[in-house]
Amino acid sequence: MSPRVRWVLKPVLFAACLIPALRLGLGVLDATAVLHFRGVSLGADPVKFMLHSCGRWTLNFLMITLCMTPLRDLTRSLLWLRLRRMFGLFAFFYALLHFSVYLLLDQSGKIGALWQDIVKRPYITIGMLGLLLLIPLAVTSTVKAQRRLGGRWTRLHRLIYLIAILGVWHFWWQVKKDISQPLMYACGLTILLGYRAWKLRRSGAVAGTTAAGLSSARSPRSDAA
Amino acid sequence: MTKASTGGKKILPSDITPYERYVSRRALIAGGLGLAAAQSLGGFASRAFGQAEPALTYVRNADLSVKDKPNSYVDITTYNNYYEFGTDKSDPSQNAQKFRTRPWTVTVGGEAEVTGSFSLEDILKPHPLQERVYRLRCVEAWSMVIPWIGFSLGDLLKRFKPTSKAKFVEFKTLYDPKQMPGQRAGVLEWPYVEGLRMDEAMHPLALLAVGLYGKVLPNQNGAPLRLIVPWKYGFKGIKAIVSIKFTERAPRTTWAGSASNEYGFFANVNPEVDHPRWSQATERHIGADAFGPRQPTLPYNGYGAQVADLYRGMDLRKFF
Repeated sequence: MSPRVRWVLKPVLFAACLIPALRLGLGVLDATAVLHFRGVSLGADPVKFMLHSCGRWTLNFLMITLCMTPLRDLTRSLLWLRLRRMFGLFAFFYALLHFSVYLLLDQSGKIGALWQDIVKRPYITIGMLGLLLLIPLAVTSTVKAQRRLGGRWTRLHRLIYLIAILGVWHFWWQVKKDISQPLMYACGLTILLGYRAWKLRRSGAVAGTTAAGLSSARSPRSDAA
Repeated sequence: MTKASTGGKKILPSDITPYERYVSRRALIAGGLGLAAAQSLGGFASRAFGQAEPALTYVRNADLSVKDKPNSYVDITTYNNYYEFGTDKSDPSQNAQKFRTRPWTVTVGGEAEVTGSFSLEDILKPHPLQERVYRLRCVEAWSMVIPWIGFSLGDLLKRFKPTSKAKFVEFKTLYDPKQMPGQRAGVLEWPYVEGLRMDEAMHPLALLAVGLYGKVLPNQNGAPLRLIVPWKYGFKGIKAIVSIKFTERAPRTTWAGSASNEYGFFANVNPEVDHPRWSQATERHIGADAFGPRQPTLPYNGYGAQVADLYRGMDLRKFF
């Protein structure tokens, strides 16, 4: 990794990714009347504000993470893949914060109430599932784990597609009526996942043509698709 | 503007009422100082604007007021659900400042002897204003305590002499997409419609509000005339009312019509009947210790002693 990426670009991006959390931190100080800052108020319902903000940033970072591969293909630069892990871990960080606000502040830390919600409310069930699925990805995000798992690492980390779908679905399902915001995420996700499906089909077609050359009994995959 | 139907009693046009003076002063302030402040000061504008709202003359109705501490003026006037001005809680306070509440006409129709169009002044004139501190419980599981200024809905409805066929009363909000940007989006069916059964409407707690905290009602809170039914979820409290109609059948109300599995016609606060997607057992009280525990929701929002009789024998799970 070039020193400029390692010592300049990554630290700057890292600090930028922390801004939403810092903003909430200042907001908490403001809401608890410890300190007052202009423009950081969490409004009349601070817990809801924090919940929504962390949830939104989880989705934002999931989307950013999913943009890295298409950007690599588009720019033919490997820089993007060096940033991917950091963005993915920030998605996990904000998801964990979102969950913590929900459990500790909204439900006052009552595990019983949490369990009731998980069992009874489908949107919480799928949100919880998304968070749990993020854990193995975060744990295996190190270079060491990547080397140890080899090809299985790639397969495991495809879970991010499912997690992003669960995340957008979770958001969609909890809005009262105005679905314009979740719809935007759904459109973005459709493009990002659609791109991968298109790439897979294309590479499948290429592989299929080659296979057809070797074995005439098997029809090319491009026909089936 | 005043017109009474044939055979009905004519409600006399009034002289310039104190209310009218307040409202015209208010328009002046909104046009000048208030708007400039709103644009330049952002969050602080509502506070400044609030202080500029003209005062109303009223007496406090302690019997119908709760003892709870009211929420701050800022919270009440910046955290609003009023989809006509946008779906975010902060949208109404930003988008409603230019809303014109004068002149204002309310059309009365349906199963009543006195019908027609009435100016706001005619509607308000005979009713002395009272302050009532009510709990407000939103269907989204948050709550506030608000010192409304207004008068009993029943006192107004009696003036129109509803006939024996009048079993329900239906209200409509103004439909004016030019002034109400939210109405340009199809989030809900416009205009907003709400309704009550006649016995609910005649209950002394049912309030028509024209003010809060002793001042003229801010636009984002439903000016110039809105309904408050404190034992029901907040969405029953229709804002900017332009139509009152007495009907034989239950009106198709907006939220119940848009998602009948989630919102009912009655919409009485009930901790035992959950919204399909969230629990109604507890609520977050706005303005309380910001990170403190949620508080339990009370049946009929704590007004059970006064209103439970209206629903005796009804299956509240079915008629939610």
